[in-house]
Amino acid sequence: MAEVTQTNVQLQPREKLFSKKNLKILREPLSDNNPISFQVLGICSALATTVQMRTALVMSLAVVFVLTMSNVTVSLLRNKIPSKIRIIVELAVVASLVILVDQLLKAYLYDISKQLSVFVGLIITNCIILGRAEAFALQNKPWPSFLDGLGNALGYGWILMVIALGREVLGSGSFMGFTIIPQFLYNMGYENMGLMVLAPGAFILLGLLIWAQRSITKTVHE
Amino acid sequence: MLEHYLSLFVKSVFVENIVLAFFLGMCSFLAVSKRVETAFGLGLAVIFVLTITAPLNWIIHEYLLKDGALTWVSSDWAGIDLSFLNFITFIATIAASVQLVEMVIDKYSPVLYAALGIFLPLIAVNCAILGSSLFMVEREYNLAETAVFGFGAGFGFFLAIISIASIRHKTRYSNIPSGLRGLGMAMLITGLMSMAFMLFSGIQL
Repeated sequence: MAEVTQTNVQLQPREKLFSKKNLKILREPLSDNNPISFQVLGICSALATTVQMRTALVMSLAVVFVLTMSNVTVSLLRNKIPSKIRIIVELAVVASLVILVDQLLKAYLYDISKQLSVFVGLIITNCIILGRAEAFALQNKPWPSFLDGLGNALGYGWILMVIALGREVLGSGSFMGFTIIPQFLYNMGYENMGLMVLAPGAFILLGLLIWAQRSITKTVHE
Repeated sequence: MLEHYLSLFVKSVFVENIVLAFFLGMCSFLAVSKRVETAFGLGLAVIFVLTITAPLNWIIHEYLLKDGALTWVSSDWAGIDLSFLNFITFIATIAASVQLVEMVIDKYSPVLYAALGIFLPLIAVNCAILGSSLFMVEREYNLAETAVFGFGAGFGFFLAIISIASIRHKTRYSNIPSGLRGLGMAMLITGLMSMAFMLFSGIQL
């Protein structure tokens, strides 16, 4: 019996780490199936943490870490988790990872952690993370799950950075905290757009971004 | 004293609306606002769960997790700070109380259960609920303030989701450019609503 299974394993060539299928898993969430603009997940933090690019960057990195690690962990446990209590198990995995991130931020990036305030904790209820665990990691092996997590987190991250870029440049005239709008423009009567720093600016900017992206990829929803 | 609570309530409903000013609960806000009836059901369920979980989490935080909270057990434990367990405890409390509430409603009020039933499990992962518990810790409210804030935040969510559902209902047959249809338009409407709610920010009671 043991011999038979061994030959079976040998007959199937091992899939390459970066096969076409795996690359597709990594690439798709970046554009065609973006978690924010197409799956409508994780909007809350995408809007709340984008007043400045630095907070947006830290938030994206935190989500990259949590999403890849949670996908791998859930995927490793996928045959052990009883389906009835899977949500609680997934929440426990995610919450532990988020506690880790939160403690690290408090230790090394205290200012940014204060600015992000409750939104680090809210990564737990970020629908992208539970959504990927449910939809992908529970059925797939750890490596594809890792790629899926990475792809989705990066897809989330680039939208975040674009919104933050718009809000910071238009709203406070700076880029990553450095002033880029020269003084003579202000002297000529240019003013920072206060609306962009406030909540409505974020909503409207994301709406326009979604419009642009959907027009380019020609996807029509609903 | 009453004025203080009233002011807190108005603040949490209008000025600091949990959806329109803090972006919490956006996922369900966008996903469940296509029909007014379902939006009404979800709004009620959120009020219900928030009013229960915010004070519950306050009690847990105050007597178990806060820095030095365990002094009431023995004075040796005065130096214990378990507040790093906040996240996992809060989410567990929320998930458990949602489950409990669902069972209780199912047993005693089938009518209410029929109205709220499908929304209750969704609420466990609604960030508005966890967010209010975290805000309550960050702003150092006391128990009564937490209860008022929880109810107010829930009511604010209810108001916001009903309004956007009604607006989306009205725009259903409008001629919107195809890329903007659905999510894009919903975001723009939310932006305008959020601007309207900002007008309340001068109110002082």
